[in-house]
Amino acid sequence: MRDLYARFGGGLATIFLTLVLIWLAAMVLAPNLMMIDYALRPNLPPLQQGGPQDVRSLDNFLYLANEGVHRAIFLKTIWASALVAALTLVVCYPVAFWMAQRATPGQLSIALMLVIIPFFINEVLRTLAWFILLAYRGPLNAVLQGIGLIDAPVRWQGNGGVLAGMVYAYILFMLLPIYNAIESLDKSQLEAARDLGAGTIRTHRRVVIPHAKAGIATGCVFTFMLAAGSYVAPALLGSPGSRWFTEIIYNWFFEGGDWNRGAAYALTLLVLCLAVVLVTLRVFRVNLTDVAK
Amino acid sequence: MRPDRIFRGLFVLYLLAFVLYLFAPLLIMGVAAFNTSRFPTVIPWQGTTLDWFSAMWADAAMWQALWTSAIVAVLVVLVALPVGTAAALVLTTLHARARSFAYAVMVSPLLTPGVVIGISTLILWRQAGVGGGIALIVVAQTTFIICYVMLMVMARLQRFDRTQEEAALGLGASKLMVFRRILLPFLRPALLASGGLAILQSVENYNTTLFVRGFETPLTVFIATKVRTGLTPAVNALALVIIAATVIGAVAYEVARRRQVTRQPRS
Repeated sequence: MRDLYARFGGGLATIFLTLVLIWLAAMVLAPNLMMIDYALRPNLPPLQQGGPQDVRSLDNFLYLANEGVHRAIFLKTIWASALVAALTLVVCYPVAFWMAQRATPGQLSIALMLVIIPFFINEVLRTLAWFILLAYRGPLNAVLQGIGLIDAPVRWQGNGGVLAGMVYAYILFMLLPIYNAIESLDKSQLEAARDLGAGTIRTHRRVVIPHAKAGIATGCVFTFMLAAGSYVAPALLGSPGSRWFTEIIYNWFFEGGDWNRGAAYALTLLVLCLAVVLVTLRVFRVNLTDVAK
Repeated sequence: MRPDRIFRGLFVLYLLAFVLYLFAPLLIMGVAAFNTSRFPTVIPWQGTTLDWFSAMWADAAMWQALWTSAIVAVLVVLVALPVGTAAALVLTTLHARARSFAYAVMVSPLLTPGVVIGISTLILWRQAGVGGGIALIVVAQTTFIICYVMLMVMARLQRFDRTQEEAALGLGASKLMVFRRILLPFLRPALLASGGLAILQSVENYNTTLFVRGFETPLTVFIATKVRTGLTPAVNALALVIIAATVIGAVAYEVARRRQVTRQPRS
């Protein structure tokens, strides 16, 4: 703090500090505290707010725990997000390895460009692209029927569609951290493994993956978090039978009219995501500073 | 054939499949904008037309949505750039212990799901009597876009040579002048880049915006609503225009960046 004033002088340093404090207090801290407060209070008509019934309790959280459908959707969102992360990892790992260790500099710069371009494009548009691709009378069904793989069109919308759209949406978040991690692996280690008689699978299991552990963890954590908090993909690619937890939260706010329960649900989602992030980072000994790159 | 070569061949196939996976959906979406069919698709091809582009052009609601997104993006940049820069400067002058704690707090919005940022902002401002709308969209979006600006400015600051500041002070410049004439110009590339990123993030945001939009309809909400209520290839035409604009913007930025790198190879 003293350094800040010494470096920039009183006027500037005060401006900087004020801006940062306003951001942290009014935009980061206060909204979350207010959300916690909301989550703990019952939903009452305006006249009764602050009255004898307006006491803090865990009722809104208990409601989530006891309401069968919502609890099932919450649990499904967790494991489906984990599944998204796992699938994305499987899809990305070989490509990341190739880019980091095998590609020539020319191939690498083309590959990086090809990977990054789709992700400059809006998530809503990318989801729309999948919506069109997976439509009942859409291109995918037409092609599959054309080559005789299926007899009748398949209704992709639902769990499968959501999964496909999400894996697609988060590829870059998985690919780049893994690529960065594998890139720092010395080629001579791969050669040594090979000379000592290790096959492809063994080399990956014993050399590459342990080395890239931090990158893999980072990619998985981010993919999980983005998937669990996603609204677009389930809203556009899902069906009534494949509802996502974020959709339930949305309904409390804009259809159910119970903001308090909505706040409790949102808080549950936040705690889940933070817990997954922090625990994974701790387990894999990844520093938060490295993650944000 | 040796198993090695079969494996290699399979791997090339995999890479090709990966590229196809990345681009096929976008390609189909783009091409469908030229199909006469009322539902956007490429099979069957019912005839080539540019009508959907004029339909999109004539859609007043689309222009309204574009306008809303543009205003929000400009305001987000105006708020996020100064605050993000200030955060980076404050953070880099903190001592190690305090720094790692402050850092964790300052990147926490990036670890918060977008819907939660929207919800908590909505709840807080309802207490103050402010409902969803452009102002709240800007507030909610800047909450996390500031983090991106901060990270990019910090990355640039790491390469800053403090002796330049000392030299200027030694030559009699005031601290304000040193900031304005030395540090700010040095940060310019990072500020431009984070400004671009902020616009991109703002325009493309959906999860956060959805909760604080009130009765406003920014572009992403407009598109998502169309998908659910009546999708025509006019939306594809719009998507194609947006994609073209983003790709051109990204390429132009990259070209400018490379030119700058070759011009001053040491910085």
